[in-house]
Amino acid sequence: MGRAVGANVRRKDGDAKVTGAAKYIDDISFPGMIFGATIRSTIPHGEIAARHVKLPGGFVVADYHDIPGKNYVALIDPDQPCLAEHIVRHVAEPILLVGHADRPRLIGLEQQVSFEYLERAPIYDPEASDTCFKRISIDKGDLDRGFAEADVVFEGEYRTGHQEQLYIETNGVIAVPGDEQMTVYGSLQCPYYVHKALVVLLGLPPGRVRVVQTETGGGFGGKEEYPSMLACHAAILARKAGRPVKMIYDRVEDLLATTKRHPSIIRHRTGVTRGGRITAMDVEVVMDGGAYATLSAVVLSRGVIHASGPYRCDHIRIRGRAMLTHTPPNGAFRGFGAPQTQFGIEAHMDRLADEIGIDPVKLRELNALKPGDTTATGQTLGKDASALPVLREAVRRSGFREKRRKWRGTTRGIGLSLFFHGSGFTGGGEVKLASKASLELTARGARILVASTEIGQGTRTMHAQIVADALGVPFDDIDVHEVDTDFVPDSGPTVASRTCTIVGKLLERCARDMRKRLGRLSPADYFKKHGSFTVTSQYEPPPNLLWDDEGYKGDAYGSYAWGCNVVELEVDPATFEVRPINVTAVAEIGKAIHPMMAEGQIEGGTAQGLGYALIEEVVMRDGRMANAQLTNYIIPTPLDAAPMKVVMLERPYAYGPFGAKGVGEMPIDGPAPAVINALRHCGYDVRSIPATPERLMNAPRQKAEGKRQKAG
Amino acid sequence: MIAIINGKRRKLDVHPMKRLLDVLREDCGLTGTKEGCGEGECGACTVLVDGVAVDSCLVPAAQADGCAIVTIEGVARARSGRALQDAFVKLGGAQCGICTPGMIVAALPLKAGASLDEIKTALAGNLCRCTGYLSIFRSVQAGLRPSREALRPTRKTRVKGKRANAR
Amino acid sequence: MLADDPTLTPIAGCTDVLVGLHFGTLDKRRFIDLWPLDDLRGIRLVQDKPKGLSPHARTGGDKPSGLSIRIGALATFTDIIKSALVQRRVPMLVAAAREVGGAQIQNRGTLGGNIANASPAGDTLPVLSAANARIVLRSASGERVVPFNDFYTGYRTSVRQPSELIAAIEIPPIDGRQWWRKVGTRRAQAISKVMMAGVRGPEVRVAIGSVAPTVLHASAAAAVLSRGGSIADAQAALRSEIAPIDDIRSTGDYRRQVAENLLAVFWKETR
Repeated sequence: MGRAVGANVRRKDGDAKVTGAAKYIDDISFPGMIFGATIRSTIPHGEIAARHVKLPGGFVVADYHDIPGKNYVALIDPDQPCLAEHIVRHVAEPILLVGHADRPRLIGLEQQVSFEYLERAPIYDPEASDTCFKRISIDKGDLDRGFAEADVVFEGEYRTGHQEQLYIETNGVIAVPGDEQMTVYGSLQCPYYVHKALVVLLGLPPGRVRVVQTETGGGFGGKEEYPSMLACHAAILARKAGRPVKMIYDRVEDLLATTKRHPSIIRHRTGVTRGGRITAMDVEVVMDGGAYATLSAVVLSRGVIHASGPYRCDHIRIRGRAMLTHTPPNGAFRGFGAPQTQFGIEAHMDRLADEIGIDPVKLRELNALKPGDTTATGQTLGKDASALPVLREAVRRSGFREKRRKWRGTTRGIGLSLFFHGSGFTGGGEVKLASKASLELTARGARILVASTEIGQGTRTMHAQIVADALGVPFDDIDVHEVDTDFVPDSGPTVASRTCTIVGKLLERCARDMRKRLGRLSPADYFKKHGSFTVTSQYEPPPNLLWDDEGYKGDAYGSYAWGCNVVELEVDPATFEVRPINVTAVAEIGKAIHPMMAEGQIEGGTAQGLGYALIEEVVMRDGRMANAQLTNYIIPTPLDAAPMKVVMLERPYAYGPFGAKGVGEMPIDGPAPAVINALRHCGYDVRSIPATPERLMNAPRQKAEGKRQKAG
Repeated sequence: MIAIINGKRRKLDVHPMKRLLDVLREDCGLTGTKEGCGEGECGACTVLVDGVAVDSCLVPAAQADGCAIVTIEGVARARSGRALQDAFVKLGGAQCGICTPGMIVAALPLKAGASLDEIKTALAGNLCRCTGYLSIFRSVQAGLRPSREALRPTRKTRVKGKRANAR
Repeated sequence: MLADDPTLTPIAGCTDVLVGLHFGTLDKRRFIDLWPLDDLRGIRLVQDKPKGLSPHARTGGDKPSGLSIRIGALATFTDIIKSALVQRRVPMLVAAAREVGGAQIQNRGTLGGNIANASPAGDTLPVLSAANARIVLRSASGERVVPFNDFYTGYRTSVRQPSELIAAIEIPPIDGRQWWRKVGTRRAQAISKVMMAGVRGPEVRVAIGSVAPTVLHASAAAAVLSRGGSIADAQAALRSEIAPIDDIRSTGDYRRQVAENLLAVFWKETR
C-alpha cells in the first residue's frame, strides 16, 4: 500500500498530449459531416421585429421552430432559450443556426442574415436592476450586540470585474444524429449536464441521448454550463440536416458569447475592538448575473458563505443577491463566487488593520478560525482547520515582516491574503447529486468508470492512484474508461473542487469493496477464475453533516482547504505598471495525492489570480465585449510569470480519500487581495480589480478613508 | 505546393492563401498542431518552417512552398525532441495539453543548456492558461539538459519541502 | 504589376493580413507576394547619398554625413535583432524589435510591413521617427526617398502611391544616446498604450506612438530640451502636441500622463 498515492507517477494522458496524438474535438471528423455557425443578436435588449434570411442552396438553416422538445437550456431555471424566439436579452444571444459543408462559407454571413429589432432600454448596473435571480441571507448571533461591543466600526466597498476563463481550446462539439437518437461529442466538463439539456431539448428518452467527452483543452468553469447550449445548437442543426454537425467557436465568438466570472460589489461594515478582535461583520454582496439565471444562484451561494473570510466572529449578517443585467450571462469560473467575496474581506482586513493601527498579520492571527470555532453558517470546524498554520508558514517563508518594514516608502510592496475554500457542492448539494462511481475488474487490475472529466488537472491519473493503492495493485494496472454516458455512471459534474475529495472517495470505497470480494486473490487470478464484476458506490454524507437550506445554517461543506498568499511586487512610478516579483503560496489541502499535479494546480490558479488582479479586463461597451480578441483581452505571458514558492501542508480530512480535500479552485481566491494589499503597502489605495495602470494612476495616495465612528 | 513535412515530401493542391495551419490539419491530417486564436497571439499553432518557429495560422500556403516543415508529429524524429516531450510529461509541463504541441515546437530551436531567460524569450509567443508557465520552464530546462539523468522522475513527495523554483 | 493593378495588396510576413482574412474583416482581394524577393531583405551600410536619384526627389530631412544603414523592407524583426550593424548603430531599433509579439511574430513580421500597415501602435515607428529615417519607395519608374517623418499623412494613410513598394529603410548615423520604452501592461505580446523613442545628442529628438492618429514626432518638446529648457517646460510642450484618445486598451488621460512621465524618464536615463 501507499505506492502510488503521494508519488509523482507518470500522468495517464501525458504521452498522447506531448506527441500530438491526443484528439480534441476539432481533430475529429465524421463521414458526411457539415459545419455549423450561430447567428446572434447585435443588440442588448429588444424584440425581434423581422428576420431576413437570404441564403442560397447548400445551407441548412434552423431556428426555434426546429426544436422538438422544450426551448430552454435545462440547468437550474428554465429561463434561457436555446434559440431566441421573440425577445433578446443580451448581445450575442443565439437566434439562428446555419450549416454548410464548406467551412469558410460560414464566415461573414451578416450580409445574408439579419434581423430588425424593436429595441428596449438595457440595464447594465446590477444595483439598478429590478430583476433578482436569487437572494441569500446568512445570520449568526446578534449583529447589534456585536456592534455594541466594538470600539471602532469600519466600512469599505470593493469591486471586482468580469474575468474570462480563456481556456486555450475554444468551445466546440460535434452532434451525430441517429434514428430517434442523438450523440454529442465535445470539449466539456459535465457530460451529464449536457445529457440533461439534450433530453429536454429533443424530447427524447434519456437512453436515446449519448454524450462523449473528447480531450478537453482547459475548462476552469468555462465548460461547465456553456457546452449544454452549444450541444443543443449542434443537435438541432444535425437533426435538421440529417448529418453530423461540427460547431467550433473561433476565439472572437467564444469571448463574445460565452460566460465570464460574475462582476461583484462587496460592502463591509465591521465592528472591532481596539485590541483587534472582530465583534461584528455586516456584509453585502451584489453579483452581476448577466441576462439569464444560469448558475448565478449557486455562484452567489458559495460567494456569501465565503464572504466573511476565514475569521471567527459571533455576530455576522451577510446579504447577497444576484441581479439581471443585459450582458451575456455570467457563469462558472474556478472559485465560483469565493474569489470575489474573499477579495472583499481580505482587502478590507488590511484597511481595517491600518485603521486601528495594528499589523495585518496580527489582526489575522487574532481572528483566524481555529479548530472548534464556528463559521458564518454555524459550522463547527474540525482538527484540520488550518488558517493559522498556513498564515504562519507564509509569513515565515516570505520574510514578510522584514520586507514590510524595509520596503515602506519605496516602489516595492508586499501584501498577504488569508483564505479558505469549501470542497464539494455547497450545503445539501452533494446529497441531492447522489453521485455514483464504478470500478470494473479487468484481466490486469481494474477499470475506473466515472463521468468526471480530465480537463488538464489530472483526474484520470489521480483517480487511478487512489484506486491502485486502495486495491493494492500497481498504478499501471488501473485504467480509466472514456467519459461516455452510455457506459459511465453519473459521478456528478467536474466542478467545485469535488473530483478528488468526493469522487475520489467513492472510488476508494469501490476499490476497498472490490478488494474484499477478491479475498486473497489478485485481480488477475480472480478474473481468470470467475471473470469480471463491477462495484458501484453512491455518495453518502459523512456522519453528522447537517445543512438547513431554508435558514442557510449548518455544515456548508464537508471540508475546507486553507491558503495564504504573499505577493511581492514593484510599481513603475512613471507608467503605473505593476510587476509581481515573488509569490509565496501556502496551501493546506489534506493530502496531495500527486504532489506535482497539486503544485501545478496551485501555480496555475495563482497565475490566473494574478491576471485577475492586475491585467485581465473585459471592456463592456453597450453590453458588448469590446475587446473580444486575444490581442486585447490580455492574460499573462511567459515573460509575466512570477517566480513562485509553493508550500503544501497536509492535515488529513477524515472523510477524504487518503485524507485529501479539494485543491483545484482555492489557489485563485488569494492572489488578487494579496496584490491589492501589496499596492496599499506601496501607497496606492485601490479597491477594485483589475488594478490596471489606468486605475492605479487615479488611485488616491492617501490611506484609510473608510468611515469611522465610535460605536454607540 | 510541395513541402517536406516531417521528413516526407508532400505534394498538395491548395489555395495559395490557405493558412498553413489548415493545410496541415485538413490536407495532411496532422491535427497535432492546434488553433487557439487565429491571430498569432497564442502560439498553439507553432511549427518550424526551415528551422524557424512560426505561427502556422499566419503563414499562407504559398510561402511554405519548397520549405521543410516540422510539426509536433515530427518532433520525436530527433532525440532532443523526444527528450523535450518526455520532460513535459514528467515535470508537469503538459496539463490540458492544448498549448503543449506549440510549446514543444517553439522550444525545439533552443540550444542545449539554454538559460532561463533564453527559454522565456523563445516561449514568449506561446500562451498557457493551466500552468502559470513555471512547470513549462522546468520541463524545457530539463528537456534541453544533455544528460538524461535530469529526467528521472522525482518520486519523493515535495510536500512541506521548499521548491527550488524557476526564476 | 502594381502599376497595372492598383487593387493588388503587397504581402510579406502576413502577420496582419491572414488575421483579417480569417475573421472576415478584410474583403476578398488579390495579393502579390513579396516574401520571396531576397534582394529586399539585407541589412547593410550604404553611402549616405542614395544612387540613381534626382536631387529634387529628396525632400526635407537633415543632412547626415557618412554611412547610413540600409534595412531591406523584408528584413524581419529577428533579422534586425540579430544584426550586429543594427545593434551597434541603432540599439533602440533592436529594443523595439524585441518587443514585437513573440518569437514567431518576430520571425515573420517585417520592418516594411510594420511601416505599410501604418498602425499608430506600430512598434518600430517611433524609433524610425526619432532616428530621422528615410523610406525608399520603388516603382517601375525607379526609386524615390521620403523622410520617414513626412511619410504618413493621416490615420493609416501615407504618401506611398499604389504603384510603389517600400523597398528599404535608411537610417543615417545617430549622434547621441538612444532610448526606447514601450508601455503595454504585459511583458510580451503587448499592443502598446504608449511608446517613446528618444535621441539625446546635440539635437534632441523624441517620437511617440499610440498617442495620435500616426506616430508623432514631438518636435516642440524636443526643441525645449535641445535648447536646455526644463523638463517641466518640455512636458508642457508635449502636452500641447499630443491628442491621445480613449480606446479599448487605455484612456487618453493615461496616455497623456505616461507620455509626460516617460519624457522625464528618458531625460533622466540618458543623462
